[in-house]
Amino acid sequence: MAATEETKVWPQQDILQPVPSELWPDSDNPDLLEINLGPNHPSTHGVLRVVTTLDGEVVVGVKCEVGYVHTGIEKNIEQKTYWKAIPYVPRMDYLSFFSGETAFCMATEKALELEVPRRAEWLRVIFQELARIHSHLVFLGTGSVDLGGIALLFYCFRARDEVLDLFEMACGARMHPRYCQVGGVAEDLPKGFDRRCREMITFMRDQIEQYYELIGANPIWLARTKGVGVLSPDFAIRMGMTGPNLRASGVPYDLRSANGGYGGYRDLDFQPIVEQGGDVHARFRIRIEEMRQSLDLIEKALDGLPEGPVMTDDRKIALPPRHELHTSMESLIHHFKLVTEGFEVPAGEVYAPIESARGEFGFHLISDGSARPWRVRLHGPAFVLLQSFAKLCEGVYLADLIAILASIDPVLGDVDR
Amino acid sequence: MLDSVKGFSTTFRHLFHKPVTQQYPEYKRPVYPRFRGRHQLHRHDNGLEKCVGCSLCAAACPSDCIRVVPAENTPDNRVSAGERHARIYEINMARCIFCGYCELACPFDAITLGNDFELSEISREALVYTKGMLLEKPALRTPSQAIDPYDVPAQDEEHVLGMYDIVTATNPEGAES
Ligand code: SF4
Ligand code: SF4
Repeated sequence: MAATEETKVWPQQDILQPVPSELWPDSDNPDLLEINLGPNHPSTHGVLRVVTTLDGEVVVGVKCEVGYVHTGIEKNIEQKTYWKAIPYVPRMDYLSFFSGETAFCMATEKALELEVPRRAEWLRVIFQELARIHSHLVFLGTGSVDLGGIALLFYCFRARDEVLDLFEMACGARMHPRYCQVGGVAEDLPKGFDRRCREMITFMRDQIEQYYELIGANPIWLARTKGVGVLSPDFAIRMGMTGPNLRASGVPYDLRSANGGYGGYRDLDFQPIVEQGGDVHARFRIRIEEMRQSLDLIEKALDGLPEGPVMTDDRKIALPPRHELHTSMESLIHHFKLVTEGFEVPAGEVYAPIESARGEFGFHLISDGSARPWRVRLHGPAFVLLQSFAKLCEGVYLADLIAILASIDPVLGDVDR
Repeated sequence: MLDSVKGFSTTFRHLFHKPVTQQYPEYKRPVYPRFRGRHQLHRHDNGLEKCVGCSLCAAACPSDCIRVVPAENTPDNRVSAGERHARIYEINMARCIFCGYCELACPFDAITLGNDFELSEISREALVYTKGMLLEKPALRTPSQAIDPYDVPAQDEEHVLGMYDIVTATNPEGAES
């Protein structure tokens, strides 16, 4: 759906007031109790410290402290050539790792105005969707543990292993694959991938049915999740939320289809999934539905995978083919130059967003014409999601706070980076 | 009421499924041929080292964990096939992120990433692997899946000559064991 239609459905507020990302108790009642949830609380999905003020069991104040896993990745990337920066990027959002790589490579390609072979774009679609499934499975497993259901964790992590196996088979590593490269992907798929991937799809479809059976109509689950932490579409848009959390509030905005999509999604017929309600339940449901949609997309991409090279033939960017190193002096010199100095990117500024498992994940690159980025800035979805957390928790019970935090699915590696 | 019974029936059904647990230290799941694990330095068939100390792997390493100090080959101390050899070759495994850029960078196929992933030690010093350690075959080998279905690219020759068509050489011992 085009972006213009959305603005019609959800009109902008006339005057936008800043929404505070913290919630302060508005009385100085001496009975208020201040407790720290985290940084090492299992339900914080990482190292997030939530300073909570309680009135009895009702939350009246919330303050998030972030920065515990700040590793300076943006700054690190600025010290590296573009090629060497690629393995760093998936370590930010470590659950949908492939999206990070793709976003960085796409930003660089945009700055270079480089064409990517079609097969490579489709392969990126397959792996982005696999990473999305991986991320949603971890979300579902850990999220259900927060709500007291441990069985789902085991089922989800079992299915997650199947997905990681596919990454290991094609990319060489189970997580952080550095498979995406500027100008294409690192290697072609191995022969057995197609069969294994289809087996995984069949297996996952069966699993998803089971997830629905476990939580879909379970009255205990519904009582814990229905109507809790309701996020209105207007508020979600005002907070700049993207991804499944926004779509769970009924806004059909997905970068894979908005403005014509990007990469391989341009060729795939794709409709964003929307849930109504905007509560914890809708946010769980939409992720299960998205996994199903991802499976369909992977199947479509496998069926229609175009033939052709997986790497651009621009020798200024891509390393020369391996076999030429032993025969051609020119290739060898090229190889040395690319590895030691890297390729130069024309001066300028680009922003390339993609839809990761939690929303808009975009790199803002500023190049000064050298082989290293002058400034790299990541627009991470999780940081934005966390901003609305305090507002959502106003006046809920403490147990619901945990459920809300689980349902907005922040990854602290992405928040702090 | 009926719905919670349905939920429990899913859990109950799983009681009768075959367990998927692998008895890990006793049973080692074969890794796929493209897996990137512990590094290994290679020798030519005549015993000379393939590494010529060009430091390209060190230049490619994103986490700067390779240290190469080259030295000249002399007629009575001939270590490698080229003019020079690596007098010191160290990889700090505590820093390595197993990205595999070193094997992509090496123009002489001297270093590859193998199958082993069980690298824990009790001190940091023990994680700095020296040249001697890297030239040895690791004692405990993790098996690998067969190369043919899991490493040969899905397309014909003409398409696959991309920049990284190295992998079949990556685990030369791949299919063994
Ligand atoms: S695998 Fe990567 S991090 Fe490790 S030594 Fe090689 S280049 Fe460095
Ligand atoms: S391993 Fe390869 S790249 Fe590294 S110093 Fe030796 S020959 Fe050069």
